[in-house]
Amino acid sequence: MAGDELKLLGAWASPWVSRVQIALHLKGLNYEYVEEDLDNKSDLLLESNPVHKKVPVLIHDGKPICESLVIVQYIDEAFASTGPSLLPVDPYERAIARFWAAFIDDKLLVPWKQAFSGKTEEEKDQGRKQLLAAVETLEGGLMECSKGKPLFGGDSVGYLDVVLGGLLSWLHGTEALCGVELFDAGRTPLLSAWAERFGALDAAKAVLPDVGKLVEFAKMRRAQLAAAEAAAAAAAAKKN
Amino acid sequence: MAEEGKGEVKLLGLNVSPFAIRARMALRLKGVSCEYLEQDLFHKGDLLLRSNPVNRKVPVLIHDGKPICESLVIVQYVDEVWAAAGDGEGTAILPADPYGRAIARFWAAYIDDKLFPALMGIMKATTEEARAEKAKETFAAVEQLEKAFAECSDGKSFFGGDSVGYVDLALGCLLPWFGAVREMFGLEIIDAANTPLLAAWAERFGETAAAKEVLPEPDKAVEYAKKLQAHWTAAAAAAAAK
Repeated sequence: MAGDELKLLGAWASPWVSRVQIALHLKGLNYEYVEEDLDNKSDLLLESNPVHKKVPVLIHDGKPICESLVIVQYIDEAFASTGPSLLPVDPYERAIARFWAAFIDDKLLVPWKQAFSGKTEEEKDQGRKQLLAAVETLEGGLMECSKGKPLFGGDSVGYLDVVLGGLLSWLHGTEALCGVELFDAGRTPLLSAWAERFGALDAAKAVLPDVGKLVEFAKMRRAQLAAAEAAAAAAAAKKN
Repeated sequence: MAEEGKGEVKLLGLNVSPFAIRARMALRLKGVSCEYLEQDLFHKGDLLLRSNPVNRKVPVLIHDGKPICESLVIVQYVDEVWAAAGDGEGTAILPADPYGRAIARFWAAYIDDKLFPALMGIMKATTEEARAEKAKETFAAVEQLEKAFAECSDGKSFFGGDSVGYVDLALGCLLPWFGAVREMFGLEIIDAANTPLLAAWAERFGETAAAKEVLPEPDKAVEYAKKLQAHWTAAAAAAAAK
């Protein structure tokens, strides 16, 4: 179809990229995928996302769209007549979905990062506590959105499923990476069941990276960054 | 020209909260009459705590008893529910075309992720060095927004074109705080020399009926900032005492 060229600049380990890929998959859209080396960013990436220089970037007929949540909503709106709708039709339900999407990015991921790469054990511990509290709150969110059905979107995969689902491999890696189990059938039964159901979807299987590979990669990056920081600190100390 | 029969609307807010200002202005742009309930965030009331149990923050829009939280979520909700309404200043807050919407959402997210924390960092800084660092970040963010304005406005008056739109609301709500930072620290976040487009835009934004009704004077923000600083200092002292 003319005027529907889609290119996605991504990185295999990025959960933000996974979100976009899952959305494209659910909509049945064809696209060209370009794997970026984030240590050596392509000119196309730098031109397409000059503000953040990050992936994902979706380029639709030469026009770039950045930020994963913006991209997913764009896909839903620009391709409204293709495949299923991701956001609910009802404005109130849309508002609830957007609220929880913001919660996931603001309240879940910040402590996750702290638990993963906090500088002290105390910092990491604080991150873990906040992370578990956030997950419990999200369990409530799932109950509210799903109304007893299997997914945030009810019977079918919706926006919020995509928003959380893109993170699924990272979420499964939480015990290995952050020292705390994220989804526990006792504490968060709905989210545990959701994780299984989402993981079984074709889109998830096609897109999400292998958890083991991801954990290995994340540990290596964490060690690299820590070493770089230590070296920088030592160099700064030498100067003084 | 308010839409009839769209139900009862309440807004829980704070006069100086940029996020509450966004929600109030969106309602005003659509001509939606609402019951505005000013909150005391140092002593949060039952209605606020019940309506926003997750974040316990303002704004909260309560439409026919159903709460909607998060300022940009509220603005989009208002835009969608009162889609056909408007008071002559323009109807749609977000544009109709998906790409225009994506650009607007991108810049609103930028304001919230990069500009707002840096600006608040200027307030919260306890050393000159830290303040200078945050000021630098704030100026960098505003420089990006100056470029964004050129792109989005396409020669027109607002980010939204001829009328106030999503990004105008997202940024305009911070104007009282730019004023506060000028009064408190002598920092000009936007000015005719460095950010001429934004400086001119700020004047036009301030002249709109909605802004005149909703935006507080900078000294109200200064007053609140002092309250917040006292609160942060007390909290830090209490934490240290533990």
